[in-house]
Amino acid sequence: MDTIAAISTPMGEGAIAIVRLSGEEAIPITDKLFSGVSGKTLAEQGSHRIHYGHLHDPKSGQVVEEVMVSVMKGPKTFTKEDVVEINCHGGLVSVNRVLQLVLNNGARLAEPGEFTKRAFLNGRIDLSQAEAVMDLIRAKTDRAMNVALGQMEGRLSRLIRRLRQEILEVLAQIEVNIDYPEYDDVEEMTHTLLMPKVNYVKSEIQELLQTSQQGKILREGLSTVIVGRPNVGKSSLLNSLVQENKAIVTDIPGTTRDVIEEYVNVRGVPLRLLDTAGIRETEDIVERIGVERSRQVLKEADLILLVLNYSDKLTKEDENLFEAVKGMDTIVIVNKTDLPQQIDLEKVKQLAKDHKIVTTSLLEDQGVNELEEAISSLFFTGSVEAKDASYVSNSRHIALLNQSLQAIEDAISGVEMGTPIDIVQIDLTRVWELLGEIIGDSVQDSLINQLFSQFCLGK
Amino acid sequence: MQQYEAGNYDVIVIGAGHAGCEAGLASARVGASTLMITINLDMVAFMPCNPSVGGPAKGIVVREIDALGGQMAKNIDKTYIQMRMLNTGKGPAVRALRAQADKNEYQHEMKRTLEEEQNLTLIQGMVEELIVEDGVCKGVITKTGAIYRSKTVVITTGTFLRGEIIIGELKYSSGPNNQQPSIKLSEHLEQLGFELVRFKTGTPPRVNGKTIDYSKTEIQPGDEEPRAFSYETTKFITDQLPCWLTYTNEHTHRLIDQNLHRSPMYSGMIKGTGPRYCPSIEDKVVRFNDKPRHQIFLEPEGRNTKEVYVQGLSTSLPEDVQHDLVRTVAGLEKAEIMRPGYAIEYDAIVPTQLWPTLETKVVKNLYTAGQINGTSGYEEAAGQGIMAGINAGLNALGKESLVLSRSEAYIGVLIDDLITKGTNEPYRLLTSRAEYRLLLRHDNADLRLTEIGHKIGLIGEERYQAFLAKKEAIEAEKERLRSTILKPSDKNVQELIRNIGGSELKDGIRASDLLKRPEMTYELLETVASPETPLDVELKEQVEIQIKYEGYIDKSLQQVERLKKMEDKKIPENIDYDAISGLATEAKQKLKLIRPLSLAQASRISGVNPADISILLVYLEHGRIAKIANE
Repeated sequence: MDTIAAISTPMGEGAIAIVRLSGEEAIPITDKLFSGVSGKTLAEQGSHRIHYGHLHDPKSGQVVEEVMVSVMKGPKTFTKEDVVEINCHGGLVSVNRVLQLVLNNGARLAEPGEFTKRAFLNGRIDLSQAEAVMDLIRAKTDRAMNVALGQMEGRLSRLIRRLRQEILEVLAQIEVNIDYPEYDDVEEMTHTLLMPKVNYVKSEIQELLQTSQQGKILREGLSTVIVGRPNVGKSSLLNSLVQENKAIVTDIPGTTRDVIEEYVNVRGVPLRLLDTAGIRETEDIVERIGVERSRQVLKEADLILLVLNYSDKLTKEDENLFEAVKGMDTIVIVNKTDLPQQIDLEKVKQLAKDHKIVTTSLLEDQGVNELEEAISSLFFTGSVEAKDASYVSNSRHIALLNQSLQAIEDAISGVEMGTPIDIVQIDLTRVWELLGEIIGDSVQDSLINQLFSQFCLGK
Repeated sequence: MQQYEAGNYDVIVIGAGHAGCEAGLASARVGASTLMITINLDMVAFMPCNPSVGGPAKGIVVREIDALGGQMAKNIDKTYIQMRMLNTGKGPAVRALRAQADKNEYQHEMKRTLEEEQNLTLIQGMVEELIVEDGVCKGVITKTGAIYRSKTVVITTGTFLRGEIIIGELKYSSGPNNQQPSIKLSEHLEQLGFELVRFKTGTPPRVNGKTIDYSKTEIQPGDEEPRAFSYETTKFITDQLPCWLTYTNEHTHRLIDQNLHRSPMYSGMIKGTGPRYCPSIEDKVVRFNDKPRHQIFLEPEGRNTKEVYVQGLSTSLPEDVQHDLVRTVAGLEKAEIMRPGYAIEYDAIVPTQLWPTLETKVVKNLYTAGQINGTSGYEEAAGQGIMAGINAGLNALGKESLVLSRSEAYIGVLIDDLITKGTNEPYRLLTSRAEYRLLLRHDNADLRLTEIGHKIGLIGEERYQAFLAKKEAIEAEKERLRSTILKPSDKNVQELIRNIGGSELKDGIRASDLLKRPEMTYELLETVASPETPLDVELKEQVEIQIKYEGYIDKSLQQVERLKKMEDKKIPENIDYDAISGLATEAKQKLKLIRPLSLAQASRISGVNPADISILLVYLEHGRIAKIANE
């Protein structure tokens, strides 16, 4: 059986998260990624032991995570197969990076209830539990389906549908050439003709990987800007967020040390605080770069923390800020409640419109919890289940997009090598199928169900 | 009508078309005494449409039939007027042979083979009824009152079941080419509980070759290199006849437009579903009206006839329009039509009513093959015919049945598609229907299937030994190339590489790895790393393909391996899907209808999703464990 993987701890705020692998390849896959302090491979070591070390991405060679890895060789495991549990830092970012890493290196995302199913099939679970296992699969699948249906509407699915249609047209052309070689209806597909097409597909997949908004958030965090007039407490807010939430990622490619420090995890939501060095130095981004340019900076942000002074009247500058963040995900923070009130809260509510307002005294550590709650609910709209499923579907998209990228790269190297078109087509068809799996379209009409059943809750 | 007992057989085959011939021979050759009954003995292995055999996917089926010990390949090898390898510019997976047949010769040769076959009796008669007792088929009754009893029966009635020919406004009851249709049998099948569908197909007019001006057409000769379908053929026909290519034009299209109201396709007279991939000329003109011309191939129907098949001009327009239509085409200005084109509607059974052995689910010991199962094409018919014949024969002898998988043969793909997915139109094999196209090649049909053919007794010992020797030689040569190291110091090697525009060696390289370079071929490699004794052309080709595409082949094999566990998970026939609470309603309905025999087959049913498969797996395991616990 395939080796399956999933996150087996609840999503969100836990300090530690566990990615679990089960199957023949569980140990070899982990060995590809893990270097322990002992220098030995996991395969060489005894069973039911835990090892400290680092995970590397074999592609880039970079360190991804500091981890503890438990190795349990079958049959004395939950599934009776070889099981590896990778303990990493909690929070979406790190655990997702670990999951993506194992998925990109040979594991498959577990289906709903699949660990339990395997445990049962391997005789680990008592007979009387069979019914329960079936119910579990059905229930988890249906629940995942509801969430996914909501999610799949939109841009990603439109882009994928379009790309698939374009691929399909190429495939059809190749097929006609093969099955009706004498017909002159269709231009013969050649390597020269195919090259720009496969390159185009590759660039589209890369684009999808990059722009997949949630994917970006999971990889890089929500880019967050703190704005406000001088002296409203922006630095305190920053310090408070950083202190409260230990920085979790110690190594992001291409970022400076300054920014690393400002990468924080708020209840499972990764925040990347932008331009905060500027805040520290000048205390006022608006003043420093002018209203127009600050709008530009704001536009690129995923989340705005707009800070007002409780002990001061609203000014024209404050109103300008509200104007500047119109239509963006914003949380309004009214700070300094430890001082006497001067601000017109009714007016603030008017200006804030739908934005959430939180009052704080950062000096006295008041209201920070509410702020964190507001951030987390902005990211995770809906129930806890939705939270899990949305994260999972996202993981799944990214894994499938990565596989598509691999397949299209195979196709491209086939074209470069001059491999016969009908053989290159095998890889191109694979791309089409993988993209189809993301949006639940495939050869079979009802394959939409497949998408949803492949959601994993990993337990 | 007074009935009489006419005889006892192991197997009875109804029909002697392309499915029937393979079924009868296979059944007889596995050792079952076999009776073949056909409406007209002069119509054995008749080609009512193209006088050709093979082509992409189909040609590979013919090779598979040969590897299993069937007849189609041998028969066409003896009677072709032209042979061509198609897709030679493409990869090895999609190469395929196609032959133009001498239509009459093809029939005579096949009829003679049937007549000579031990264990096989060929007679003329019209079967009108099956003898069915308690849901088990036990023989047939003919129009003349003959009762033939048997252990199993195979129906291969082609387009004869309630056939109706349509030409323009004219519609009459008929089998293909004005043969007697089979009406009562169709009604009888309905009474037995079979669900039937109405399909349609068609054929173009034939013209007299002496009235064709070939100077206005392009010649399409056969290949000069000798080729054969059968692995056993050693004699090649060198005297080949060419085909000719011409085109329709705006006059043709205008004439069709003007007469469209007289076309039964558009007047609503034809109700049956026709194949999309084989449209009539009126369909082509209507659907692709921006296309200025369509190809027309002129194919001679044989050496001893002037009749020429006008491929591309399939039509059911009225006869008077057909005369004018033909004459709009370059080279056919003065052509005389000898037989008009026509459409034919016929009954087929819904193929999801079949088991993978082609035995029906409705009546035990009854098998169906060919167009009656909703397919089109001689090769598709023959492929099913041989399987139905093998299984009817093995069943009658009390032996285990044979089912080919999708990764073993196009025949496996064809039958699995039919019985698992059904079909909404006459089903034609296309290479894209096979997910393991690279494994199901023209060149390796023998490597895939000879072993099976031998095991069931269709492949004789001599041929089997030759096959084993070939297999061994291939492996030995592959091993030799893997262990031969070519060094940069070898001037011949470097020169060869330079000559073909490759980059010269810097380090030693295995000969097999050098062969994987895109510009390298076995023939070239041989000049610097020759074996002790040179190999046959066929072996060279095989070694080259296996090494060159190793990476891709391995990928496909891994896919097959992954699916194998699902194929091995059998579903008991008596499973009660209603008792499995977790299954989705749609899945339950489909599973009850198709009754898949393995988990893999279940997963291919549209409407059955992976969650259902998971649940089914748990349920099956539960049953197995419960059974063990009870014992």
